[in-house]
Amino acid sequence: MKRVISANQSVSYAVLSAKAQVIAAYPITPQSSIVEMLANFCSTGQLHAKFINVESEHSAMAACISASVVGARTFTATSSQGLALMHELLHYASGLRLPIVMANVNRALGSPFNLKADLSDSLSQRDTGWLQFYCESGQEVFDTIIQAYRISEQILLPVMVNLEGFILSHTYEAVDIPDQVQINRFLPPPAPRDCLDVENPCLFGGTTDFYINFRYKMHQEMEKAKAFCQECDSEFQKTFGRSYGLTQSYLCEDADMILVTAGTIAGTCRVVADQYRKRGLKVGVLRVRLFRPFPSEWICKALQHAKKVAVIDRDFSPGCGGIFAQEIKSALQGTRVSLPVYEFIAGLGGKDVTDEDIGGVVEQTNQTPEPGGVTWIGLLK
Amino acid sequence: MDRTTKMKFPIPEDELLYSGHTACPGCGAVLALKYVLKGLGPRTMIVIPPSCAGTISAPFPFSSLKIPVLRIPFETTAISASGIRAALDVMGKKDIHVLAWAGDGGTYDIGLQALSAAAERNDNIIYVCYDNEAYMNTGIQRSSSTPEGTWTTTTPSPYLKDTPKKDIVRIMAAHKIPYIATASIGYPPDLIKKVEKAKQKVGTKFILIFSPCPTGWRYSSELTIKVAKLATETGIFPLYEVEHGEKYYLGKKRPEKPLKEYFSLQGRFRTMKEEDLRRVEEKVRKEQEYLGRMAG
Repeated sequence: MKRVISANQSVSYAVLSAKAQVIAAYPITPQSSIVEMLANFCSTGQLHAKFINVESEHSAMAACISASVVGARTFTATSSQGLALMHELLHYASGLRLPIVMANVNRALGSPFNLKADLSDSLSQRDTGWLQFYCESGQEVFDTIIQAYRISEQILLPVMVNLEGFILSHTYEAVDIPDQVQINRFLPPPAPRDCLDVENPCLFGGTTDFYINFRYKMHQEMEKAKAFCQECDSEFQKTFGRSYGLTQSYLCEDADMILVTAGTIAGTCRVVADQYRKRGLKVGVLRVRLFRPFPSEWICKALQHAKKVAVIDRDFSPGCGGIFAQEIKSALQGTRVSLPVYEFIAGLGGKDVTDEDIGGVVEQTNQTPEPGGVTWIGLLK
Repeated sequence: MDRTTKMKFPIPEDELLYSGHTACPGCGAVLALKYVLKGLGPRTMIVIPPSCAGTISAPFPFSSLKIPVLRIPFETTAISASGIRAALDVMGKKDIHVLAWAGDGGTYDIGLQALSAAAERNDNIIYVCYDNEAYMNTGIQRSSSTPEGTWTTTTPSPYLKDTPKKDIVRIMAAHKIPYIATASIGYPPDLIKKVEKAKQKVGTKFILIFSPCPTGWRYSSELTIKVAKLATETGIFPLYEVEHGEKYYLGKKRPEKPLKEYFSLQGRFRTMKEEDLRRVEEKVRKEQEYLGRMAG
């Protein structure tokens, strides 16, 4: 059935549909309404889960880890400072190969304080062994959470589903919440795996020189995960009639210039692409939905016929530039695709990225023969 | 002949700790673990943060314990136990005990926040702190459980630790949890009885076990039991229980020996001055009075 809900509520409904068994969370703006709603589902008995009111995000992830080692389906949600506090545990969750699903509502990291959208919080966690998805709509958020459980339980790695604070998290739209029978078919209860068990006592998390082998296994699974995420998305399409891909191309096939971005900025980019096409400039848009593992093959394929690429990052690595831009350049390196990559940073701290801003990106990329450093969009006077 | 029939309090014969573990000779902590597991039995899951216990129990791919073990990050002992408890409850496995097992560093210092939160929620777990009064696994650095006047590698002479041992029991009692006990590896039957009592109660149970460490306390390894008993006999580590943060039950042992007997056995107190000793004696006497009053 369709409900007009916010993307945060979409997260909560997805976790309800996925029948999470243990939820541990700590409130933080702009994530709070996710956990309030889940606490309500648990207290009314709609969701048969144990909700643990922890004293920190660090403990939220620790609870998900230990509950998951026992075999329970777990969930938490956080944002910004909370995600940063979890950092140590993120490594631990992936190292133990646990199928934990987390929603992160992207928010800027202090200092200075800013409660609004910025992808730097989750991108700072890129080396922790979590799969990372970046969503564009409330519907995609719902669908990606459902997919995330199926993916994580198959490959035994945790999944982070990202949605931008306020811009997406607090925007209401019509979201289709599929029938529970259909969801159950797509996402059956977790299959048995090695767990803490008094009948078969084992040690989890011991000290070992096999460390490098554990990391190699994780690398192999991450590589396989790309195809599995693709397959999961196709299966989702068959069951629910919606799919997103690992990347989403808009008019890329014949484009001379492709705008690459993640999250909600993509929608504005598509509008601007349409405007420029009417004026005769062939602009396309590539939205990167899966960030870890990085779908290099998909991206290079989408970009291969373009003449110029402009990457718009709502994130920033000081001393380097936009994080997506670095990843895109790294993906293109070593392939036969040789493309000038123009780098733009925009919308940090929730600043609106308008069609005029994107128009500026297109103009600058079109008029400049060679890329020259990072351009910052929308600095206040 | 069944040996247990001759004992006043039969100690369960089943061992859940394998021989061949990697503890130092004379380790008090490993005795604490052995006795607690005897009290809890095989339907127990344990979480262990970085600590001597972690090193002893988990040299992958081997395990020194016959129960499921989860090694967890340092600050997370209590919440990790709570997470297991939550999962077991949701999955209908309510008869399994969840044991949180941390040293004094993992309890008094880095793990205190998560422990306080678990106690405030009254999560149904048994939390044991084996107290050897310093960070022994990393090489004898002071913790907030280190008593005043103690030498450690981070309180070297002449700058010995100059603040008293943190009173973790009073902190836990302030949470009004159903059961708190102090116990000692010098008195195994008393220790196991307290574990069995904790087993019967629902909610957060906290047991502080005095666990001498020959390596860190600088005494000869055959003296572990003697040192443990002296701590109680001199009154510096009294044995007592607290129910719901209010009802105190003091053990029968009353301090009868001079504190100097306890201090003089250990190299860690070697450079302690006479006036420091007298000050500590006075504090021990006051604490005894306090516990006496609380126990009525």
